[in-house]
Amino acid sequence: MIKILTKIGGINNVLENNNLLEIEFEKKNIIKIFNELKDNSELNFNQLLDITAVDYPSREFRFDLIYILQSLTKNKKIILKTFIKVNEKIESITKIHKSADWYERECYDLFGIEFINHPDLRRIMTDYNFEGYPLRKDFPLTGHTEVRYDDLEKKVIYEPVKLTQEFRNFDSESPWEGMENKLFGDEKSTGEN
Amino acid sequence: MKEVELNTTTINFGPQHPAAHGVLRLVVELEGEVVQRAEPHIGLLHRGTEKLIEYKTYLQAVPYFDRLDYVSPMCQEHAFALATENLLGINVPERAKYIRVIFAEITRILNHLLNIPAYAADIGAVTPFLWCFEEREKLLEFHEAVSGARFHAAYFRPGGVHQDMPEGMEEKLFDHFKTLPKFIDDLESLLTNNRILRQRSVDIGIISKSEAIEWGCSGPVLRSAGVAWDLRRSQPYDAYDQVNFEVPVGKKGDCFDRYLVRIEEMRQSISIINQCLNKIKPGPISIEDNKITPPKRNQMKKSMEALIHHFKLFTEGYRVPAGQVYSAVEAPKGEFGVYLVSDGSSKPYRCKIRAPGFAHLQTLDHLSKGHLMADIAAILGSLDIVFGEIDR
Repeated sequence: MIKILTKIGGINNVLENNNLLEIEFEKKNIIKIFNELKDNSELNFNQLLDITAVDYPSREFRFDLIYILQSLTKNKKIILKTFIKVNEKIESITKIHKSADWYERECYDLFGIEFINHPDLRRIMTDYNFEGYPLRKDFPLTGHTEVRYDDLEKKVIYEPVKLTQEFRNFDSESPWEGMENKLFGDEKSTGEN
Repeated sequence: MKEVELNTTTINFGPQHPAAHGVLRLVVELEGEVVQRAEPHIGLLHRGTEKLIEYKTYLQAVPYFDRLDYVSPMCQEHAFALATENLLGINVPERAKYIRVIFAEITRILNHLLNIPAYAADIGAVTPFLWCFEEREKLLEFHEAVSGARFHAAYFRPGGVHQDMPEGMEEKLFDHFKTLPKFIDDLESLLTNNRILRQRSVDIGIISKSEAIEWGCSGPVLRSAGVAWDLRRSQPYDAYDQVNFEVPVGKKGDCFDRYLVRIEEMRQSISIINQCLNKIKPGPISIEDNKITPPKRNQMKKSMEALIHHFKLFTEGYRVPAGQVYSAVEAPKGEFGVYLVSDGSSKPYRCKIRAPGFAHLQTLDHLSKGHLMADIAAILGSLDIVFGEIDR
């Protein structure tokens, strides 16, 4: 199966372990690769399970975009990964896999990744009129707004988040582990003198 | 130019509607009483589980999985436990595998015992609801006996299960599952040949084999369309390769087939549990590495090292080697998957949850087109929608 995959072109780093394949591909080949994966009778990855992203704010290509496909006939799963920058767009695969519709909307909603030629790219998970992309690492866990019912205005209102206790995120990693066991003057003990 | 007069009514179904199974807002476009378009608005129960998990250690993330699909909690912990174990590269002991399978199957029965009567209630039958809740309560007692909680169990942990089953539990389970098939027969006598149930569900919401695959359906919805696909069979995890069971499939893929598949799955679950009870042997219930599973309470009274391990585990947690993994289980609703990315620290870098209901709800527009408004309730019920997992 790895052989057939590498023939498609635009695919790097094929890894296989048990029922799971992992590959990386170039963004510009997306339509070709997904068509091939679905239509090639040797591969037959006919079910799209999920689309998601992982955010690495420090990288130039900030997002890993992950597609998980499954072949019901070959009993295999495949994780496809590509890298994209902020504000970079990627071709939608809704024409190949119908179920991509909501998955891409979710990805757009939570990460702000735009899909070209998506039939209806709207927010799906977050509130109406929500701003920001919650699953990006620079979005605070507490969010920016909170809601409550205002008895005077007789409606639900949005307010900036007020925390009664400051948000605490403990770094419990031990400072002792991973420290180099090196003391001042150590070089003298190993040097040739 | 010809003027076209559109004669459609748009109505808002939910988010507070008893047949919406939670907080579904559905914008339905009707022509007369016939559905032209049904557009689900989801996210009203979005709690940001995936974001929250990024700020918790692996052990602290377990209880969030109970709260996704809150009618089948243990199966979801199962997916997370398998993903974490996969990254850690550990193998849980034999007994833990059997306990997990037993409780995953109890959870499956629990889920179907809620879905079937809820579906029946949506289309007019009230009695099954009362009957099944009594039976669910008996099964929830087993949940409570092992974990202390009826629903939010946090019982399947990475490395095994939290604690062993109490003494005499195996006999109790054995006795209980002798009586359950009789109950399912009784339930079927109320429903399967019921005229109203058949009128409301046969030929309603048909999904074909290819459509079901195309739309990412899994579990009973996929099987009702005639695809014999079950992760317990095709990619067995834990002790599923040690037991024999049959995978029921439907013929048409309508609401009635989905109901029948669920009924048969309960019978198969009982058979799986009985086989497990025959095969299970005494032994450890979690790996004996105190870097990952906490030491026993009595050890902590005597051993300094055990105390340190305990403290470290519940403050820092354990570190998981960097990598990515996708683990899926056959949850009662379908393929429930966890895509986990670790950066080598004690907290997941990213945890994406693949909920079966998300894909199923997406097909609603397709399934309900051309049916009557009242059939939407039937279709929703048969898809087994729970918003905890869809909105996450």
